[in-house]
Amino acid sequence: MYSEKVVDYFMNPRNAGKLEDANAIGEVGNPKCGDVMKIYLKINDKEIIEDIKFETFGCAAAIATSSMITEMVKGKTITEALSINNKDVAEALGGLPPAKLHCSLLAQEGIEAAVADYFIRKTGRAPEGFRPAHSTCTACGGSCGGGAAVQAKEEEEEKFVSEDHRVAE
Amino acid sequence: MTPRKVYLDNSATTQVDRKVLEAMLPYFSEEYGNPNSLHAWGREARKGVDNARSQVAQLIGAEPKEVIFTGGGSEADNLAIKGAAWALKDKGKHIITSSIEHHALLDTVKWLGKNGYDYTVLPVDETGMADPKELEAAIRPDTILTSIMYANNEIGTIEPVAELGEVCRRHGVLFHTDGVQATGHIKIDVKELPIDMMTMAAHKMYGPKGVGALYVRKGIKLIPVIHGGGQEFGVRSGTENTPGLIGFGMAAELAANRLASGEIDNEIRLRDRLIGGLTERIPEITLTGHRTKRLPYHASICVKYVEGEGMLLLMDAAGIGVSSGSACTSGSLEPSYVLLALGLDHPTAHGSVRMTLSKDTNDEDIDYVLEKFPPIVEKLRYLSPFYKKNQ
Repeated sequence: MYSEKVVDYFMNPRNAGKLEDANAIGEVGNPKCGDVMKIYLKINDKEIIEDIKFETFGCAAAIATSSMITEMVKGKTITEALSINNKDVAEALGGLPPAKLHCSLLAQEGIEAAVADYFIRKTGRAPEGFRPAHSTCTACGGSCGGGAAVQAKEEEEEKFVSEDHRVAE
Repeated sequence: MTPRKVYLDNSATTQVDRKVLEAMLPYFSEEYGNPNSLHAWGREARKGVDNARSQVAQLIGAEPKEVIFTGGGSEADNLAIKGAAWALKDKGKHIITSSIEHHALLDTVKWLGKNGYDYTVLPVDETGMADPKELEAAIRPDTILTSIMYANNEIGTIEPVAELGEVCRRHGVLFHTDGVQATGHIKIDVKELPIDMMTMAAHKMYGPKGVGALYVRKGIKLIPVIHGGGQEFGVRSGTENTPGLIGFGMAAELAANRLASGEIDNEIRLRDRLIGGLTERIPEITLTGHRTKRLPYHASICVKYVEGEGMLLLMDAAGIGVSSGSACTSGSLEPSYVLLALGLDHPTAHGSVRMTLSKDTNDEDIDYVLEKFPPIVEKLRYLSPFYKKNQ
């Protein structure tokens, strides 16, 4: 199911943990969907990502993509980091199963959210085109309801099983 | 030294018992006749099938003629629900089931719901128990059938089938129970219980896959799902899977012996050692399902702050096979509907792990799991943004 690289980056996570002197933090995903990624960045005056760490609640693919993107953006400028998209992450991991592609999107969004946070801290507002962190949950295609909508949905918890849900017996 | 391997996913499937395999082998290439043929080859095969039917019937206290062999548990569920619904369609079109049934049951009922039938899904309490009073309240004049499982696959809870069946009997409603996880593991006597139909599967009790049976109390009429040559008393056509049925029969006989010998008590002891050991060693885990009214081989927990798939894969790397009801193991983003039906929140349900023992699981296996699992949880919790490391 998973490539050797995914297994390696999951089993031996790179840059895991908290970054105490981070000057930008991005958190994306939703615990309801089972994926939350928190990215800590330390960005210097030349806008280079000097250090990066991650904390992820999620499946093996979510942990592996977090792990991989931290390696890919470390030492890069913000602009370079933002040019890395989810396909690059998936490719670097030797591919992801279709059901897990949303995890790579989460990694890309994690970096975006952290960079947005950097600018918010510096200038008081996010740059043009950036989504503020926590507001969306595109990673799961919005199926969780996303953000504030989740609360409302939780109230009217569906009593029945979803059509496409299959578990091992 | 080869590294230790501990298979704790016996709710998914079990290893075929060597004695079962040995009983099956001659029926592939020696006694290969069609049990429906009149000649010697056919008669030999028929003898084997008849014997297997008796063995399965004996395990549950039924008459051989009340056992209908099928191609597995899902097929037996389909036959019970569709077969009874069609047979009783002039009497009524309302079916009652529970929110934690297997898909083979729920999806069948839902499909009938799209085809002219109506259904009610009963909720369960936080231990996974259905309430006979709620069942009684849900029964309508047009209710024809209720189906509530004997024991749940994900949380191990044993349902109050005697009470549930009694309610149905009082109201003249047929009662079916999916006994796939329970048969062969706990004592079931259909003579003593108000059960009209019960599903069984060989591969959950050390028999082969693709073989199941439906117990149908004498006098109950079912419309066949599979039409054809009229095998299995006209209810399930198709040439009998002779080796498979022979294997099921032997598995049933061995299970009956185990139940009579009290061997099952050791399984309960090991299960409780596992549950107790995990609870002692890992903070913030919860047992899912009922504490005591649960399958003898079944331990299921939710681990806070981590997701099930990661635990499953790290356990696998340590040579331990378990399963999880987290979203990531299912290909969707929803965690198991069974866990949500207990009232667990999504993040907790995502952290589910199920360990199901076999008759061959021993103390060393449990020691090994208790040694390997806590550091795995610790490792994943370290990665989790929700876990406060300095608590």
